[in-house]
Amino acid sequence: MDKRIWMKFSGKRSVCIVVLLREYVSSKTINKVIQVHDRIFCCMAGSLADAQAVTKAAKFHLSFHSVQMESPPLVIAAASVLKELCYKNKEELQAGFITAGWDMKKGPQVYVVALGGMLVRQPVTIGGSGSTFIYGYVDAKYKPSMTKEECLQFATNALALAMGRDNVSGGVANLVVITETGVEHVVVPGDKLPRFHDE
Amino acid sequence: RDKMAAAVATMMPNLGQQISSKNDMIPDWTSQEVSTGTTIMAVEYDGGVVIGADSRTTTGAYIANRVTDKLTPIHDRIFCCRSGSAADTQAIADVVTYQLGFHSIELDEPPLVETAANLFRASCYRYREELTAGILVAGWDRRKGGQVYCVPIGGMLVRQPVSVGGSGSTYIYGFMDSNYKPGLTKEQCLELTAAALSLAMERDGSSGGVVRLATISEDGVERRVILGNQLPKFSTH
Repeated sequence: MDKRIWMKFSGKRSVCIVVLLREYVSSKTINKVIQVHDRIFCCMAGSLADAQAVTKAAKFHLSFHSVQMESPPLVIAAASVLKELCYKNKEELQAGFITAGWDMKKGPQVYVVALGGMLVRQPVTIGGSGSTFIYGYVDAKYKPSMTKEECLQFATNALALAMGRDNVSGGVANLVVITETGVEHVVVPGDKLPRFHDE
Repeated sequence: RDKMAAAVATMMPNLGQQISSKNDMIPDWTSQEVSTGTTIMAVEYDGGVVIGADSRTTTGAYIANRVTDKLTPIHDRIFCCRSGSAADTQAIADVVTYQLGFHSIELDEPPLVETAANLFRASCYRYREELTAGILVAGWDRRKGGQVYCVPIGGMLVRQPVSVGGSGSTYIYGFMDSNYKPGLTKEQCLELTAAALSLAMERDGSSGGVVRLATISEDGVERRVILGNQLPKFSTH
């Protein structure tokens, strides 16, 4: 189980992924953000085996599609590919995704593909086991049209709060900022996360 | 045959849950127990406590009471916030009210909040297999001022400066952790409680209605209600 937060903010996007911990900590530094194309990232939650298989299939589909179209794929195309796979195989799969990126047609976008295969676009979305603890925080603190720095701070805070409460989330927070000009990775180890008054 | 099935379902509510009734003619609320789904919260400040709760009681998907009062007085300056099974929490609160009233008469002085909390804990722990009750005990006494005690399902007892409970509480842990700090004033506590409860009510299907607040201090108990359209609003997306 992990948690992810995706936000769209004026012109850019921030993605935060956190690591999976189980009762047995199999790894503290799993990367759950898969780059499916130059400006499109996909974030996994649920059964990681299922999620990895689906994202690898999606990555292949997308690169093929992009070669056929002779242009970079749209973010909604990436999300739809995932959605098709999730919906058609809903009995076997247990994986949810957040797809986010930038394309020329609609700029920055965030799409969520839920467990059964629903596809919905949202300005901000959270997912994973730790997300339940931060619904209130995200609802309260999010406002449309934040700057990149505000967004990064908001995402880091939200992740820190969730990691503080969810026993199966922790380790390292991975954030990715996707803009028209490029992609920037920000990694925040657990001990550098912001602290709150409950400590 | 449908009437028989419905009658059976109402007479044996637990059995109704096991027999999955796919018959649409029998609504699910005939076989579900009444639950105060809930979001409850209690915060200490210097001089007293602020307590708050939503107002929704559900039987399955039906809202049995949309204006419930989950803040129950146990004594003049001691209240409890109830979550879990409505029947269980009402029964426990009645028992504790009697026990505490008796104890207070024997002592000939107002009872301690810690005493009330321990009485709750004693009942909740002894009958832990039968009960589903998550209770926050809060109040003011002369010895330690404002206090909040948490008695969750299972019958643990712990004192905390701020505590949330009920099904809606999971959604506001992050908000609470980031917004609470020691040393808040009474007004700040009230705002924090109202905001937190609104956020939880927005996300939790079992919480909703109005926000009921109460302040307990040496001077007494002040109750207020925030109606649905007056609740603090957050950006919706």
